[in-house]
Amino acid sequence: MLIAITLAVIVLASLLFHYINPWHPPALASNWKQMDDTLTITFVITGIFFVILNLFLVYVIWRFRRRGSKATETVAYQPVNHKLERWLTVITTVGIVALLAPGLKVYADYVTPPKDALEVEVLGSQWQWRYRFPGADGQLGATDARFVTASNPFGLDPDDAKGQDDALVDASELHLPLNQPVKILLRAHDVLHDFYVPPFRARMNMVPGLVTTFWFTPTQAGRFEAMCAQLCGVGHAAMRGMVVVEEAPAFQAWLAGKPSFAAASKPAPVAAANGGSDPLAMGLAVAKAKACVACHSVDGSSGVGPSWKGLYGKTEAFADGSKEKIDDTVLAREIREPAAKVVQGFAPIMPKSELSEAEVTALVAYIRSLEPVKN
Amino acid sequence: MHEEQHDKHEQHHEPQSFFFKYIWSQDHKVIAIQYGGTAVFVGLVGLLLSNLMRLQIGFPGYFDFINAERYYQFVTMHGMIMVVYLLTALFLGGFGNYLIPLMVGARDMVFPYLNMLSFWVYLLSVIVLMASFFVPGGPTGAGWTLYPPQAILPGTPGHDWGIILMLVSLVTFIVAATMGGLNYVSTVLQARCRGMTLLRMPLTVWGIFTATILALLAFPALFVSGLMMLLDKTIGTSFFMPALVSLGQVSDYKGGTPLLFQHLFWFFGHPEVYIVALPAFGIVSDLISVHARKCIFGYRTMVWAILAIAVLSFIVWAHHMFVSGMNPYFGFFFATSTLIIAVPTAIKVYNWLLTLWRGDIHLSVPMLFALAFISTFIVGGLTGLFLGNVSVDIPLSGSYFVVAHFHMVMGVAPLLVVFGAIYHWYPKITGRMLDDRLGHLHFWVTFIGTYLIYFPMHYLGLLGMPRRYYDYKPYDSFPESAHQLNVFITVVAIIVGVVQLVYVWNLIWSAFKGRKAEPNPWRAASLEWQTPDTPPRHGNWGPALPVVHRWAYAYSVPGAKQDFIAQNAPLSEGGVEDDEGRAHGAKGARA
Repeated sequence: MLIAITLAVIVLASLLFHYINPWHPPALASNWKQMDDTLTITFVITGIFFVILNLFLVYVIWRFRRRGSKATETVAYQPVNHKLERWLTVITTVGIVALLAPGLKVYADYVTPPKDALEVEVLGSQWQWRYRFPGADGQLGATDARFVTASNPFGLDPDDAKGQDDALVDASELHLPLNQPVKILLRAHDVLHDFYVPPFRARMNMVPGLVTTFWFTPTQAGRFEAMCAQLCGVGHAAMRGMVVVEEAPAFQAWLAGKPSFAAASKPAPVAAANGGSDPLAMGLAVAKAKACVACHSVDGSSGVGPSWKGLYGKTEAFADGSKEKIDDTVLAREIREPAAKVVQGFAPIMPKSELSEAEVTALVAYIRSLEPVKN
Repeated sequence: MHEEQHDKHEQHHEPQSFFFKYIWSQDHKVIAIQYGGTAVFVGLVGLLLSNLMRLQIGFPGYFDFINAERYYQFVTMHGMIMVVYLLTALFLGGFGNYLIPLMVGARDMVFPYLNMLSFWVYLLSVIVLMASFFVPGGPTGAGWTLYPPQAILPGTPGHDWGIILMLVSLVTFIVAATMGGLNYVSTVLQARCRGMTLLRMPLTVWGIFTATILALLAFPALFVSGLMMLLDKTIGTSFFMPALVSLGQVSDYKGGTPLLFQHLFWFFGHPEVYIVALPAFGIVSDLISVHARKCIFGYRTMVWAILAIAVLSFIVWAHHMFVSGMNPYFGFFFATSTLIIAVPTAIKVYNWLLTLWRGDIHLSVPMLFALAFISTFIVGGLTGLFLGNVSVDIPLSGSYFVVAHFHMVMGVAPLLVVFGAIYHWYPKITGRMLDDRLGHLHFWVTFIGTYLIYFPMHYLGLLGMPRRYYDYKPYDSFPESAHQLNVFITVVAIIVGVVQLVYVWNLIWSAFKGRKAEPNPWRAASLEWQTPDTPPRHGNWGPALPVVHRWAYAYSVPGAKQDFIAQNAPLSEGGVEDDEGRAHGAKGARA
C-alpha cells in the first residue's frame, strides 16, 4: 500500500516541482525559439505518458495488492491480447511521430545557415578562447597546427594573403552585432572543446583537425557567459568566455580596434593599450588577456595552478625537491619558462606565453600586490 | 542419449577439495558468485568515488584533498567501474552464469573450463584497473568515454600510466567477456533440457542471451579502439590524433581524427546500454510475473521486443554525437532510428503493467524493487526522447540533463533490478532468506533517495549547467538556488551510499544467520526453483535431467490445484501454452 501512495506522491510532486521550481532554461537570446518549442512539445507528450503510466501503476497496485492470506479476487489468466497490443503500438507510434516530425524540421533549419551570415571563428585551446573575423576580403586565411607559436597563437599561414587582414581577438571576450545571423566556425588546437552559451541554444563541439560550424542570430543585446561543455582536461571548468551582443555601430567600433594578423605579427605589447603607464592595471590586463586567471585564482581558492593570493614572499616546494622563496626573479622565470620548475602538487601543464619585458614586469608587480591570505 | 552420458561424466567428477570446489572451480554457480562478489566489491569502490565527487560538487573547496585532478579521476573511474566492471560483469558473469544453466535445465555451462578462465581474466582486468590508483599520476581523468586527444595528452590527469592501465584493463575485460559470452550463447543454444524450446525459456534467459550476443558483437569495437589508442599513446601512431599543439608544443601526430574514436566507442557504447538493460528487462519480467502470481502478458511480444531493441541498438549510436562535429546530416538518420527504438521499449513497459493488472500482487521486497524499476525506467525512458530528438538534444547535450537521464535509465533502473533479483534468488543461492526488515530499509532509502537525487537534476541541465565541472564558482549563469540544490543532492547521495552498506551487511549476515529458506519460497514455476537440492549441488539436477512440459509462466491457471505449475511438473497438470502463446486450462493440456 505504501508503495502505491509513494508512487502517487511522486507523480504529484514531480508535476508540482516542474511548475514551481526556480530552474528554467535561461531566457532565449537567439532566433532558436523553435528549439524551445520542440522542448515544450516534448515535455507535454512525455508528461502525458509519465502521468498515465505511473497512475495506472498506482491504481493496479492499490486495486490488486494482496490483503491478508488470499488474493483479492480471482487472478486473470490472460497470456495475450493482440488487439490491445496493436492499439498501444499505434498510440505510441503517433506520440513518437509527433515528437520527431517537428524536431527534424527544426534540425533541417539548424544545418542550413543563411547565405548572408557573418563568419566568425572561435578557437579553443587549453583553457582559453580566441576569436577571428575575416578582414576586408571577407575570407579567413588558412591555418595549420604547425604554424602555432607563442607569437602566432592562431596558427595562421604567414604566406596566405587571405589571412593578412584577418582581425584577431586574442582575449576571451567576443562581440557580435545584434540581429545579424552569425555562422560560427570552430577550431581547436589541442583537444575537444565545446563553445556553449546556453541562452543561444545553438552549439557544437570543436575538434582538432576539423572546422565545425553552427549558426544563430543573436536577438538580445547583453553579456552572455560562454562555457566549455566538452571535458578538455584539468582546467575545463575554468574555461570561461564572454559574448557581448550589441548594436552594429558599437560592434564595428570594437572590431576596428582589433589588430590584423599582419599587424599582430609584429611584436607589440598587447596590454599597453589597456593598462597605460600604471603597472598594476597593466599587470591585471595581461593576466586577463592571457587567461592566467583561468587557472590561478586571485582570492586564495584552489585552482589548476597555485593561487596568486599570498604567493609572493612564500617559500614554495618544487616538484624536483628544491625550495625557493617566491620573489621577482622566480616569478619572471616561471612566467617565461613554466616547464623549467613546477610547484609541487601541480601538473606541469602551464603553456608559454609570448610577453614583452614590460608585460612580465607588470604581471610580476600585480602578483606582488596580492597580499597574503589572512587566517 | 547424449544428455545421459554427460550426466555420468559430471557425477563422477564433482571435485572434493576446498580449493577445486570453491576457488579454481568449474561449477557455474561458484563462478557466478565469484563474478558477483568481485563486481559488488568494485561497485562499492565506484559508489565511494561517486560520493567523493558529490562532496566536491556540493561543497566546493571544502575538502582539500579533492583537487581538480582527483575530481576528474573520481568522475572517470566511477563511470567506467559502474558501466563495465559492475553492471556488465554482474548481469552477464553473475546472473548469466548462475541462472542460464538452471533455467534451461543444463548441468553446467557447455565449456566449464573456459567459464572458469573467464572469471580469472575478469579478476585480472579488475586488478589492473585498481592498480591505476597506485601508479605515478594516478588513474586516468579523461571521462569514462576516454575521448582522445585529451585522454593521452598532458593537461589530463593520468595521461601516462593511468590511461595505459585503463586501456589494458578494458582489453583484458573484453577477453574475459568474450570467453564467458561464447559460453552463455552456446549453453542456451545447445544444452537446454528436453522440452525446453526457445519459446519456453523464461524472459530472464532471453534478456541475458540477447545481451550476450550484443556484447559479442559490440565489444570488438571497443577492443580495437582501445588497442589503437594504446598504439597512439605508446609508439606514436596517429589513428585518433590529428596534427595538434598541446600546451604550446607542436606534436608529432598527424592525420588521425578524434571522431573515428567516438564512432567506434559509441558503436560499442550504445549496445552497451542494452547489454545492461536487456538482462534487467528479462529479470524484472520474471519478478513481476512470480510476485503477481500471473503469467507474463504477451510473452512472445516481449521476446520480439527484446530482439527488435537488440537489432536497433546497433544503428542508433551517433545520437551520442549530435554535437560532436560529425557530418550534420547524420542527425536525421540517428534521431529517427533512436525514436523508433522507443516503440518496442514502450511495449515492454505496457506489458509489465498489464501483467500486474488483475494479478495477485505480493508486495515482497523483490516486487517492491521491480515496481520501483518500472517507475524509474519510465522517467529515464521518456527523458531519452528529449536527448534522442536531435534539435531538443542540442541545448541539453553535455549538461546535467544528460547525467540525470542516463543515471535514471541505466544506473538506477538496472540496479533496482539487480537488488530485486538478489532478494529473489538469494534463497536459492544460499539456502537462506535475506533479512526482510533490512531489505525494506534498503529499498525505501534507495528508491526515494535516487528519485530525490536525479529528478531535480534534470532541471540543472535545463538551466545549462555543464557536467564534469570541478567548480562553478567562476560563473554567474547559475543562481544560488542551483548551488543549494547541489548541496541537497550531495547529502541525499551520501545517505543512499551509506544504506548500501546495510545491504552488503545483510548479504553477509544472512548467508550465515538468515532464516532457512524453503526450496521454492516464492512458489515460482521456472526450472531453477525445482532443483533437488537447495542450494543446488554441482551438476544441478541429481541423477536425471528435468523434462519440461510447459512455459515458465503457468501461474493461476484456471482449474489447477495450486496457483502455479512448475515447468517440469507432469504433463497432466496442464498449463501448457499453445502456439499463439495462449495457454490452456488444466483440462485442455496437450503436448
